[in-house]
Amino acid sequence: MSEILSESFLPKINLQEGTNWAIDFVKKTILPIFPDFPVQSGSVLVMLACAGIFVAVVPLLPLVLVLAERKVAARFQNRTGPMRVGPWGTLQTLADGIKLIFKEDYIPPQGDKLLFLLAPYVIFACSFAVFAAIPFSQKIIVSDFNIGIFYIMAISSVIVMGVIMAGWSSNSKWSLLGSLRSAAQIVSYEIPLGLSILTVVMLVQSLSMSEIVGSQDGGIFTWLIFRSPFTFIAFFIFFISSIAEVNRTPFDLPEAESEIVAGFHTEYSGMRFALFFIAEYANMFAVSAIGVTLFLGGYEGILPGYDFLGGLPGFVIKSLGLVFVMMWLRWTLPRLRVDQLMNLCWKYFIPISFFNILGTGVWGLIFRNDDVWSIGISCAIIYVGLIGAYTVAGRNLARKPEPQPSSV
Amino acid sequence: MESTQQTESKIIELKPFTDEMIVNMGPQHPSTHGVLRLELRLDGEVVREAIPHIGYLHRCFEKHSENLSYPQIIPFTDRMDYVAAMNQNWGFCLAVEKLLEADEKKDFEVPERAEYLRILICELNRIASHLLSFGTYGMDIGAFTPFLYAFRDRERLLLLFEKICGARLTYNYIRIGGVSEIIPMEPGSVDEQNYLDEVKEFLDYFEPKIDEYNDLLTANSIFSERTMGVAVMSEEMAISYGATGPNLRGSGVDWDLRRDEPYSIYDRFDFDVPVAKNIPELGAVVGDCWSRYKIRMDEMKESVKIVRQILAEGLPDGPVMAEMKAVRPPKGEIYFRSEAPRGELGFYIVSDGTPKPVRVKGRSPCFSALSALQELSRGLMVADIIAIIGSIDIVMGEVDR
Repeated sequence: MSEILSESFLPKINLQEGTNWAIDFVKKTILPIFPDFPVQSGSVLVMLACAGIFVAVVPLLPLVLVLAERKVAARFQNRTGPMRVGPWGTLQTLADGIKLIFKEDYIPPQGDKLLFLLAPYVIFACSFAVFAAIPFSQKIIVSDFNIGIFYIMAISSVIVMGVIMAGWSSNSKWSLLGSLRSAAQIVSYEIPLGLSILTVVMLVQSLSMSEIVGSQDGGIFTWLIFRSPFTFIAFFIFFISSIAEVNRTPFDLPEAESEIVAGFHTEYSGMRFALFFIAEYANMFAVSAIGVTLFLGGYEGILPGYDFLGGLPGFVIKSLGLVFVMMWLRWTLPRLRVDQLMNLCWKYFIPISFFNILGTGVWGLIFRNDDVWSIGISCAIIYVGLIGAYTVAGRNLARKPEPQPSSV
Repeated sequence: MESTQQTESKIIELKPFTDEMIVNMGPQHPSTHGVLRLELRLDGEVVREAIPHIGYLHRCFEKHSENLSYPQIIPFTDRMDYVAAMNQNWGFCLAVEKLLEADEKKDFEVPERAEYLRILICELNRIASHLLSFGTYGMDIGAFTPFLYAFRDRERLLLLFEKICGARLTYNYIRIGGVSEIIPMEPGSVDEQNYLDEVKEFLDYFEPKIDEYNDLLTANSIFSERTMGVAVMSEEMAISYGATGPNLRGSGVDWDLRRDEPYSIYDRFDFDVPVAKNIPELGAVVGDCWSRYKIRMDEMKESVKIVRQILAEGLPDGPVMAEMKAVRPPKGEIYFRSEAPRGELGFYIVSDGTPKPVRVKGRSPCFSALSALQELSRGLMVADIIAIIGSIDIVMGEVDR
């Protein structure tokens, strides 16, 4: 195990020309100063450098996403959104951030101070730690675990601890309600989420993120979403469950504004509130990025052999596409009730997910290696299924509530 | 020792109920539609009891009225249901006019033109009120966008009101014996034509929008899941609580004062009264939140219909205000009710023959509807409480007065 881990913890750059560069760097600059420096840990330096880039870049992501969300919402609602700060309001989030920094950091005197202070950091740290295992391009990955997706699942589950800590320590009944809702929701939706990830893992036979992406390098039809009809279903279950995981409409019960004010972060102010906020948007991008990696080809392009900048632009565009869908849903749909939320998860998603796993197993038995035939049959089944679903759903859609027949 | 432990554990198993938590929802809460305070006894998410506490917006309308002359009271009625202030003005004026009718020296008649203007503006106000109800209901259920659509359209209506009476919210437009002339609009003048054209333009724009909103929210499956079959108010219950207006019709009672006890000139117009029906294929039950909400959506269409008829006929010539001396009703009392957007708005006025009333009592439709909340909400979930408050469409200004 230790052997596997020591290898797996090395960043991917290590396996290619990057390591030589790093070892050279260590030999030339660090060794003269610290003669005892272990040369072999040059790769650790690369890892740290990568992490440094992430720590610097990823917090900027929410900054962009918050503005994007406001602009998208404004478009949906016939508004312009923020327009005053900077050209077209582009600096609005920055201004908001500055405001939050200068606000009073209020700690409820009756609350549990330690937990209250700790909670935002737990959530913040976990949502950023997820980025460590996401391959942004062929070379940009902080740490290419052999258990990458497992690590992501594990880390993102810890977020619920932070939510409960925040809700409990605020000593507010609304916060408590919100945090318990959140706990129930995240724990429940983790199951369909994990099960749909499992379908991918079964097909690729690896937990490593880079290997999962690597298996999708033959253009759009080798993306895992099209590789079998079951992964196609799994993608939608994954996506909906991940919306529930990041607490967004229609699953935003933990912070349902019209019901329980702001849920678990009601009592937070200033920068601590901002940490929740940033974490929420970072999470949103993270789950989209995971979805893209697992199902939509990751950094691989629509055409085989595409590697402009290692596939980074393609990856970011695809992830932002999913983020946009999340925003779209948020500004269109109402919110579910707690029992309906649980119904959806336990009565629909989990059985379907088990069916998916069974189906993927059978599929893997029939088509032992992914060739043109298996992909062709899969796409045909998906096509027929979509047409069928459209016919059935279309019939339902036509059954709109007609204007009620007026009275006598 | 061991046996006692066993019995204790058994007792714990036999008592699956958790502790109840008492939570105050409001008076500062995003979706209590003002300053309603609900005392919730929660068992987890389930509401064991919801006790409404009112009075946070009490401004002594009725006591104030005893010290004011009749025309001076009208601005106070604006502040009752500030979302549909035109209808409140009208309700009060109708009551006073009725009281004046008892006078043998009665020397005035509300001019035809004023009646038309009153109905025109009150039906537009009804649309504005129902739009707000629709928008906030969407927001209560969690959809933010319909709210802004509703306010976009309501804004156009408010501009129309502003053009005719100079105010956007508290109009003081309808006066005893006619309507305000503060912005003159000569019969047959260009001003009048322009105004009616603008109203028509709005109706042409707005009528298709109702269907659009129905597609966006009414037909949304999450929305119907949340509202259909929730908090069913039966016919008997609605009548016994005194629920009126859309709440009563949402419970399947076919009753609308505009049609059944026509006041003013409502009998000249042709309109339908939407009444809730069971829609089994959708899951809607008569008296649930969805039915109450849907009645409002349909009523907007009927209001559009009425306004269109007025536009087709055109406003009659003549003055907008009756020639009358000071308002000094004879000794006596009157109770008169009219159909405001939220239900039957009644005014009970006692006069002793002086220019000031002895007693004025407003019968608030929201107050009656709100009283049903406690029974409706028992055993539902926290989210349903919000759905009920939105669906009975209360305005706290009117509840507290």
